[in-house]
Amino acid sequence: MSTTRNFAAAIAVLILSTDALGQGAEPAVQMAAQQPIIAGDLTIIQAWSRATPPAAATGAGYLTITNIGAVDDRLLGITSSAAELAALHQMIMNDERMMMQPLEDGLIIAAGATIVLDPGGFHVMFFGIGDGFIERTLISASLTFAIAGTVEISLIVYPIGSPGPTNSP
Amino acid sequence: MNSLRIVRYVLWGVVAVAAVTVGLIASNALRGTEDAPLTAAVEIGAPFALVTQTGEPISDAHLNGHPSLMFFGYTHCPDVCPAALAEVTAWLAELGPEADDLTVYFVTVDPERDRPELLGPYLTAFDPRIVGITGPVDDVRAMLASYHVFYEQFPDDNIGYLMNHYTSFYMLDGRGEFAGAVTFDESRDEALRKIRRLIANG
Repeated sequence: MSTTRNFAAAIAVLILSTDALGQGAEPAVQMAAQQPIIAGDLTIIQAWSRATPPAAATGAGYLTITNIGAVDDRLLGITSSAAELAALHQMIMNDERMMMQPLEDGLIIAAGATIVLDPGGFHVMFFGIGDGFIERTLISASLTFAIAGTVEISLIVYPIGSPGPTNSP
Repeated sequence: MNSLRIVRYVLWGVVAVAAVTVGLIASNALRGTEDAPLTAAVEIGAPFALVTQTGEPISDAHLNGHPSLMFFGYTHCPDVCPAALAEVTAWLAELGPEADDLTVYFVTVDPERDRPELLGPYLTAFDPRIVGITGPVDDVRAMLASYHVFYEQFPDDNIGYLMNHYTSFYMLDGRGEFAGAVTFDESRDEALRKIRRLIANG
């Protein structure tokens, strides 16, 4: 347990130096960006999204999941009140071609591994996003893991095209 | 024959054997001959009559007389397309008046869904100089085929279909001919270097 706490503390220190959202970010939004979510052996940090253009039907979600346990876990799915549905996808660049692959069996978070969902790789695709995602707001979402169970997170909405949080683990 | 040329010929041989698409060949040629004069590696494009994001007619004649960047994407794209449009918006901001002669096109690969009433509002999030291109489904597909653009739909249980597609920006010269590509993973500096050269060559 102390390992978990130390790990979380280390991450918190790492993230506290981040101000990727700029000076104008709402305090609540910054707080959420700095708060790792710990669920059993899993630690989730840097859950974020991007603002969407008007009329966009889809958005993307990114996050970083670390499994400090001795057993593999699996991210099975995600739901959000901000979207009609959410699905896990893997984007593969193949000779300048973007190939999208739904991860129908979920995403394995191997024991001891850190999995980063980020632009150009794994991501959550949100579909049916109403009026869209607005910069500097939060999107609530619920992750379901095979072992860790259901984990509530908040994704912080960065500007369109933003590279997101800069301090990758 | 210098070694660079030999390497180039070998690469071309590999490419030919692999029988990849003509569009891919074109972009590889550019990357392989970085500082060679810009020349059209392949014939590209054909006459078209489509519409912009505001429903105004647009034809191939619009491509003449100025250099262009052309991107192919779709508005249901969660990741790459808005990122590419944001990036080109940043390029235009950085170039400022240097980009006065440059036109940027966003051609939909999803004409079924990307009608002007969707494409119009969508593009307002980006540089207003970006010209969206859509139109009747068959006509858009014919245009994409003439530009050798890879795209494909594949079924998705949740939202009907998703798309795979080509992600590089075409660079077109003042005659609308292919003058290279800016790939999605290039640094902003490298992209700007290529675009400035495109603009200088007209």
